[in-house]
Amino acid sequence: MGLKEAANKILCRWMKGTGPNDNIVVGSRIRLARNIAKVPFPATASEGQLAHVGDLVRMATVANGQSNMDYLAIAEMPRLERELLVEKHLISPQQTRDVKHKAVVLGRDELVSIMVNEEDHLRIQSICPGFQLESAWEQCNQVDDTLGDSLEYAFSPELGYLTACPTNVGTGLRASVMLHLPVLTMTQQMQRAIPAINKLGLAVRGLYGEGTEAVGNVYQISNQLTLGHSEQEIIQHLATVARQIIDQEESGRKQLLEVGKAQLEDRTYRSLGVLSQARVISSQEAMQLLSEVWLGVDLGLIKELDPKTLKSLVVLIRPAHLQKIIGKEMDTGERDGFRGDLVREYIRMGAKEKDSELKEGES
Amino acid sequence: MVCEECRKRPAVIHITKIVNNRKTEAHLCQECAQSRGELTFVSPTAFTFQNFLAGMLQHSQATPTGPSVETPTAYCPNCGFSYNQFKESGQLGCSVCYEHFQGQIKPLLKRIQGSVAHTGKIPSQHGVAIECRRQIEMLREQQRTAISQEKYEDAAKLRDKIRALEKELQETKERDGR
Ligand SMILES: [Zn+2]
Ligand SMILES: [Zn+2]
Repeated sequence: MGLKEAANKILCRWMKGTGPNDNIVVGSRIRLARNIAKVPFPATASEGQLAHVGDLVRMATVANGQSNMDYLAIAEMPRLERELLVEKHLISPQQTRDVKHKAVVLGRDELVSIMVNEEDHLRIQSICPGFQLESAWEQCNQVDDTLGDSLEYAFSPELGYLTACPTNVGTGLRASVMLHLPVLTMTQQMQRAIPAINKLGLAVRGLYGEGTEAVGNVYQISNQLTLGHSEQEIIQHLATVARQIIDQEESGRKQLLEVGKAQLEDRTYRSLGVLSQARVISSQEAMQLLSEVWLGVDLGLIKELDPKTLKSLVVLIRPAHLQKIIGKEMDTGERDGFRGDLVREYIRMGAKEKDSELKEGES
Repeated sequence: MVCEECRKRPAVIHITKIVNNRKTEAHLCQECAQSRGELTFVSPTAFTFQNFLAGMLQHSQATPTGPSVETPTAYCPNCGFSYNQFKESGQLGCSVCYEHFQGQIKPLLKRIQGSVAHTGKIPSQHGVAIECRRQIEMLREQQRTAISQEKYEDAAKLRDKIRALEKELQETKERDGR
């Protein structure tokens, strides 16, 4: 099996999928925080209580005919598999620490996941490719309905769903979109936009959640308030703001093409040059260059590659994905070397595929 | 490409600026970009509600209406959590804590969330009764408006609807033993 086939097998479904505005929106995610009534929240609960929560969730999901899901104890997972799930955005980095009694109930399609005993007893999440907050909400809501039939949720008619942290109380909803914004970043507009976005009650973070940098020009934008508005209103508000940011990025791309097409073409091709020749490359440098090449492809400046090649690479170059592809653990130095090999090979194969597609189209 | 500032380390950050339609570029290494303040990354210590909350709690004085820390009521009867523990961690112990510390939690929620009234989804197990109460509340409001506008016929219709819902609510309670 070639490198590319091996890599494609590891890619998870939502990352391979397509959706509206997926030249800018990497994915849309909905997360619901839920707790079992009266059982202390995970940080306060005893070992027995945590195990009990695990049993309840197991019974409400896999044992309850939800056969398209698997209940996986984090402690029984090899370290690499845990990190792979983090890179796929299916569990949080926190879920891989202090793993006793932590679990994840994973949909076989890898679109839905339920974290057990993270900050709250349950964190139900659904993720869709592109700009599809509504579909993600429908999916998540359905899983929540099913669970709510057999679990007695901590709920107050006045305050809504009760959560360990009062910042999640009410709907327990965190809706977010992951946006690739190379032009707003390079023209420094994002820097100015962030305080304005914050004022609208939305948080801006890097690719892997709280406290991470916006590596590779990918930002996560999500609601901060969870109480006083319905789920629909919260999602609608985020969608409206995200729509404006997407439009800004789109028009910025067009403007940049008008004022500096030659320079932009040169710059994106230089990035492609480095990626197709580099022997040793760090994750951060690769992310930055991939972001620029993806921009070049989207603007039609780079014609020999498809956007999907770049979008796949953005994920495949992450440490756990790399190690999974090669099938062994590697230190940073080894990873940087293998990353170079993978990127070169993947780009070569991507260009070859595109070329034969074009030729087929002609004949 | 080497960094144009130090001419030693490789340039990994490429910055384009457009000022009055004139484009300038800079190619810098991580360190030099940082020192020139050119990094457009979100700072790792980005301001978020979660880490803000604990700080806010520690600096705020206990609300005078709530139970003081010395009294036994300062501990949640269900999980034994104290309000001081909440002030330190920014997290509560269990769902009963919300009821027990409501004197302190509600003003706080009002400040951070801007509201203390949930209007979203209701879990199916609590569903019928709460939905009923919400509708009754809404109809009562409409009834008041109708009366104030002297639309007595409308008000009578609304009254009948409210009565029907109240009966339904009573039946639900009896059936569920709640
Ligand atoms: Zn330098
Ligand atoms: Zn408690």
